[in-house]
Parts: sequence; structure tokens; C-alpha cells
Amino acid sequence: MGIGNLLARDRVGKTFLTLLALFAVVVSTLNLLVPEASAFHVSTFTVTVAGKYLCYALLALAVDLVWGYCGILSLGHGAFFALGGYAMGMYMMRQIGERGVYGNALLPDFMVFLNWKELPWYWLGFDHFWFASLMVLLVPGLLACLFGWLAFRSRVTGVYLSIITQALTYAFMLAFFRNEMGFGGNNGLTDFKDILGFNLQKDGTRVAIFLLSALFLGLGYITSRFVVESKMGRVVTAVRDAESRTRFIGYKVEHFKLWIFVFSAVLAGIAGALYVPQVGIINPSEFSPLNSLELVIWVAVGGRGTLYGAVLGAILVNYAKTIFTGILPEVWLFALGGLFVAVTLFMPDGLVGVARRLRLGGVR
Amino acid sequence: MSTVRIHDPVTDENDGVASPELDTAHGPILYLEDVTVSFDGFRALNVLSLYIDDGELRCIIGPNGAGKTTMMDVITGKTRPDAGTVFFGQTIDLLKLDEPSIAQAGIGRKFQKPSVFEQLTVFENLELAMHTDKRVWPTLFARLNSTQRDDIEIVMETIGLTAQRQERAGSLSHGQKQWLEIGMLLMQKPKLLLVDEPVAGMTHQETERTAELLLSLAGKHSVVVVEHDMEFVRSIARKVTVLHEGSVLTEGTMDEVQNHPRVIEVYLGD
Repeated sequence: MGIGNLLARDRVGKTFLTLLALFAVVVSTLNLLVPEASAFHVSTFTVTVAGKYLCYALLALAVDLVWGYCGILSLGHGAFFALGGYAMGMYMMRQIGERGVYGNALLPDFMVFLNWKELPWYWLGFDHFWFASLMVLLVPGLLACLFGWLAFRSRVTGVYLSIITQALTYAFMLAFFRNEMGFGGNNGLTDFKDILGFNLQKDGTRVAIFLLSALFLGLGYITSRFVVESKMGRVVTAVRDAESRTRFIGYKVEHFKLWIFVFSAVLAGIAGALYVPQVGIINPSEFSPLNSLELVIWVAVGGRGTLYGAVLGAILVNYAKTIFTGILPEVWLFALGGLFVAVTLFMPDGLVGVARRLRLGGVR
Repeated sequence: MSTVRIHDPVTDENDGVASPELDTAHGPILYLEDVTVSFDGFRALNVLSLYIDDGELRCIIGPNGAGKTTMMDVITGKTRPDAGTVFFGQTIDLLKLDEPSIAQAGIGRKFQKPSVFEQLTVFENLELAMHTDKRVWPTLFARLNSTQRDDIEIVMETIGLTAQRQERAGSLSHGQKQWLEIGMLLMQKPKLLLVDEPVAGMTHQETERTAELLLSLAGKHSVVVVEHDMEFVRSIARKVTVLHEGSVLTEGTMDEVQNHPRVIEVYLGD
């Protein structure tokens, strides 16, 4: 199926992809080609913030696939995002070499501080970008596979599944806080210098990572659209609405749930890997249950089961968060909670649902 | 009475999808032997033995709580019996298979309450039910070929929902949902159809058409119908089995069964 063919029925999606491409080109041009003195110059800081939003949007897309289409309310997707981020962070840690505070070429600073003599086995290979990239996909994917296999095979569904996913990410947070784990404890991994030899502080590198985030968001959208438009998309919708009925017409429901859960976890991992070089740090707070809850709110606000709704929700809520936490930081969590309640009560289909209703009203 | 065009799974077997080999050389297509199911001490099925012949149309009646639905649950893998054996043909042990594998082996079920996928269209409901490779990767890359499209068209015509093809199943009337579910059953090309109360909530005409459809399916398929509507049972039944308290009370023609003293006692009370 060609991309044109795939998007022929997805008008909003086409608009979204066009806007995304335009946004990516305009922002990078205004940063790199317009002099800093000009009013049209976009600062590197803004580019990075925009890149961060795009990573969040990719993460929201992943959540929408499992929740909006398959009805699996995962409250632990932040874990897959963080694991992808840690994998990339480990690579960048190894790239620091002897430029660390202790000047130890063999060990990252925090290991020197802990008096470790050699690199733990699970850090081996992270000197190579290809290996780290592979781990970005494999670690979240395998975790989702193991977790999903156990949970779906035992037919754990609904609230119980949501609670277990929340526990999963919480367990990871506690584990990663421990220094003995070898992932930098509560400080996490930071102080990155460069990636593939490009200085992370340079505008060009920042813009390149921003562009990659846009590219992966676009690709993530297209593959997700392919999945939900395929017959598999209809099977998972059937699972969402009538799971046992789907079994009786011959589909192994567990396999379908597992497939989409793993695919979603891999997308989340990619989002995390793109996020970490832009924010410059990854620490256990990324595993915090609250983060995973926020993701669900983004998707609910945008409108689940549409893909573009998730992207819209992620960008709008995070923009609001940036503004809000600047003005009234202590109120933000209340505002977020209030937003979730309001969306659930007054616009169950999110902003996309409201837009649809307005358009239908306009036609009449 | 209009003639109903029937989707013919027997001549349509060349769809390249392998099902477990069904061996009906010795007559019966379904064997239930000494099946017992208890829920908290209550015996829903009590040492039930039942045989369905290949190509037979069998009606199963019985008062509420007689174990009719539990029996269907056992055959389709929803409920595991405490004791007994259930074989599909000579070789397929249904107690070793899960629900999807039983469906793939060729047993289709229509539920008592119409259960269609409400968010999907009529066409999509039929497409999902279609007999084809239902594993994950083939499903992801599945495209409908022209034979499959034709199959869906024929079934839509059979169930009279061609005009509603793009409508969401949730917006159909109760009777139409019943028909859609029967259509989904036909799409599965099952060898054995289990039909639970097919005419509940149907108009007189719809009931007549359902009877006609089920009669035309028998012979090529085996059909088991559970129904409360005695008039309907009389109109289609060749052989009737009466269940009572989880086991078979009697079997025979409708007339034999209706004149059986125990049946009269059970239905009218003592």
C-alpha cells in the first residue's frame, strides 16, 4: 500500500503531516539562517523545546494505539519511554570518555565515585551507536513482550491491568534510584558531550535532533495509520469493544494485544531516545507514575482513537504546562487534574470530538 | 416466499486455509460423552451425552436452567467441564483447544444476545468473521481478493443487508443485528453451526426466512439450534433433544417428544 493510498482517506492526517514538515523546515531555517539580532530568529532553546514536544507527541501516539484502538489503558508507558532514553543516555555517557570530572576513560563519573573498578557487563556495547540504537528498540520491546505475554495470557484486563502497569513503572523508578543498579542512581545520566562526534551544545546538532524528532513523529504516524487502517486495526477495535466475541470468530486475542503493545512500547522507546539528547539528562523521575498518568491525559484531551488527537493533546497540554509552570507552578497539578475531569465529563471524545461536532453543526 | 441465495462453503473450500483435519467417517460430527459442569455445587451439566450426526439439523429444547447455553459454552471452549470428553469428528479433542482454535477448526456460534461489533460497519463485521488466516502478521498485511469480496457480497445479499453495508452495526435494528450475526457465522464457513435462540425478537417474516436459511444449510453443515419458540422448532426440526437438569431427557421427532409423559411433566410442572 503506497503512502498516498494510505492517506487518501485521512485528510486530517495529510494536513498534520504537511504542517509538521512545514514547521520543521521553518523552525530550523529561522534558527540557522536568520541572524540572532533579527526579530525572526528562533533561539536554539526554543528549537529544543519544540523538539521535546515532538517526542512527547510520538509518545502520545504510542499510548493512543494501545488505549484508543485496543482498549488497553496502560498507565506505565512512561517506563518504555524512559528505557529508550536510558539506552541512548548510556551511549552518550560512554562518549564522554576522559572528559569527565575524574578524567577516567574507562568508567563514567558516577562509577568512579562509587569506587567501581570495571564496567558492569550490561554497559558493554554501549560505546557503539548502532548497539545503543538497537537497545532503544529491543529493551522496551522485550519488556513489553514479557509483561504483555504474562498479563494478556492470564486475561488480566481493565482496571487490574492499568494498576499493574502503574506498578511496573513504579518498580522501575525504585530500582533505578538505587546506586547499585549502575545507572547513576537518583542523579541519572547527564553531562553529555556529544553524539556521533557532533557537539551537543552546537546549534547544528540541536537542529538536527529536532529534525529527526519531526521525522520520527511523521514516520510513527504513518506506520501507526497503516496499522489501524489494516485488518489488524479492525481486529483490535473488535477486541476493545467485545473481546470474547473476537475469540469466538477465531482470533487469538492475546497475540493481537501483545503485538500492538510491543509495537507501541518500541515507539515510546524511540521517543525517549530522541528526548534525552535534547533535554541533556535522564533520571529515575522519568519512571514516576505521575508521568505515565500525564500521557493518558494528553491523549484524552486531544481525543483518543484518532492518532492526530493524541499528537494535538500532547503538544497543547505541554505548551500549557510550560506557560503555567512559569507563572503559577504550584497550581499546575491541580489544573491538570481539573482538565482531566472536565474532559471526561464534557468532551469524552476530546478536542477532536468537539471539532467534529462543530463541523457537523456547520454543515446543517 | 423468496428464495434465499446461500453461500456455499462446501464448494468454496479452495481458499488455501488449512484447518485441522475433520474425520467424520463414522457418522457423528460432534460427540459429548459424560460431560459434567458444576458451578458452586450446582450441576449445570450432569453426565450429559449427546451425538450430532454429520449434516444433521438438531433442535435442543428444555426449560430455563436445563443447561443448553452451558452445553454450547463447553463445545466452544468458553467453559471447561469437570469431567467428560468432547470430540469434533473422530480426532479433534475440543477440550484441548482454546476458543479461537475451536472456531478455526470449524465450529461457529451465534449467541443468544446479538453480539456484533457495534463500532464497525456491516461489511467490516463480515470481513472480520471471514474464514481466512487469522494469525497476527497475515492479518496486518491482509488485502481482500475478489473471491473474498464476492463472498461478502453474497452473504450480505443472503442476510438482506446489502444496502446497509457501510452502516455501523450499532445502528441496526435488533432483527438486523441477528441477521448480521448469522451472516458472520456463514462467513466463517463452519462445519458445525451452534445457533442460540436465532429468532428471539424477530418478526414473523424474519422468523420464516431464518427457518428457510437454517433448513437450506443442513445437509452440507451440521446445525444445532437452541430455541424456546416451539412453533419455530416444529417448523424446522427433524430431531429434537430435550434437556432437563443438565442431561438428556429424551430425543425424537417433535410429536414423539411432545407426547412424552416426562416432557409434559417437566414443562407443565407436577
